[in-house]
Amino acid sequence: MDNLIKVTVVDRQGVEHELEAPTDMNMNMMELCKSYELPVEGTCGGMAMCATCHMYILSDHPLHDRSDDEEAMLDQAFFVKNNSRLGCQIHLSNELDGLKVQLAEVAG
Amino acid sequence: MIETDILVIGAGPCGLFTVFEAGLLKLRCHLIDALPQAGGQLTEIYPKKPIYDIPGFPEVLAGDLIDNLMKQAEPFKPGFTLGERAESIEKTEDDKYFIVTGSRGTKHKAPVIAIAGGLGCFEPRKPPIANIGDFEDKGIEYIVRDPSMYKGKRVVISGGGDSALDWSIYLANNGAESVALVHRSKSFRGHPDSVQKVFDMAAAGKINLITDAEITGVNGDSILHSVKVSHQDNGDSNVECDHWLPLFGLSPKLGPLAEWGLNIDKNSIEVNTFDYSTNVPGVYAVGDINTYPGKLKLILCGFHETTLMVQSAFKRIYPDKNYVLKYTTVNGVNGF
Repeated sequence: MDNLIKVTVVDRQGVEHELEAPTDMNMNMMELCKSYELPVEGTCGGMAMCATCHMYILSDHPLHDRSDDEEAMLDQAFFVKNNSRLGCQIHLSNELDGLKVQLAEVAG
Repeated sequence: MIETDILVIGAGPCGLFTVFEAGLLKLRCHLIDALPQAGGQLTEIYPKKPIYDIPGFPEVLAGDLIDNLMKQAEPFKPGFTLGERAESIEKTEDDKYFIVTGSRGTKHKAPVIAIAGGLGCFEPRKPPIANIGDFEDKGIEYIVRDPSMYKGKRVVISGGGDSALDWSIYLANNGAESVALVHRSKSFRGHPDSVQKVFDMAAAGKINLITDAEITGVNGDSILHSVKVSHQDNGDSNVECDHWLPLFGLSPKLGPLAEWGLNIDKNSIEVNTFDYSTNVPGVYAVGDINTYPGKLKLILCGFHETTLMVQSAFKRIYPDKNYVLKYTTVNGVNGF
């Protein structure tokens, strides 16, 4: 179907979830995970201000660079790696078909 | 003892609008909030962000919305207990009132409690180190309360934001024996002037700047003696210190409310949408902190919820008083 991609999310127990993601609803990875009731809080609502949607990018899709806001938030987060991103800053588009991500651990 | 009609837990938009709607019914409100200022996450997290879905406001900055809500509530003379977290709740012996005690011991007495707690109360983000709790207030502090206690001490500070930068500068200039600033990357997100000052002080040997590193362990006995610094490139090192200040900002936690005997589902308080009452008679929950089928976490929904809630609160406080809804356009706003 048009405007529908497949995304794989590895949860904190290592279980893989294959999700169908619409690309014409202005959604991001945080929202997609929430819509499937995966354990992503998205406390700030998607403003790159809480890091509760911290995830690692496992596939080599071309993502836009981190914004200053996202960099600043990741500076305050824990378990940050080179492939860390905030899910709320990854907007679903057709180019991301096959994207694979892993949810980062949550501190206390 | 502070006495009021409705004790509002949380001074965010929904809590502030409660003051207005309750005031129209001649009910007085007092608000308690863990943050030092009113406004909740709008003031704490995104004061300069625009909001587009407040009816009648095509665009309003979060901070301006709070200013307006404060102005709207002003005629009804709300009381505030700020910088204090609502800790515990109990009933008076006659079962008519609740007593809510704050984290600094302030007691509040009211027949009705309205929890407008948003995401919960803002608490410092704690690094994921297993034994970190062993040294809290024994060398590890998440908030600088009394800068003078660091005089003559060896202090390690973590974080890349303004508070980490500002306290590094301040403590290095005000008598700390040594200050080390540990940060995960080489760049800092704080105010450019502060960043430059830290780099200058590091070059002058006044601040030991350790970048591309983070603290991954703490050691001590009854008090903190050292922290383990893990460097991204070349292994671990131990830094001896008297204090470690992990300054990673604040994040919201449901906190003590979880222990108040309320029905909780996924960090939210379950309510009846008839009047936003909880399972505890006299305790209501409005705004982002509540949940019910179809719940939307929107400010405008919180305004609606609290408007209906105060009607129920009025009937609870004055069961024999007849009341009919009046319009502000007809009657104006008659404050206290």
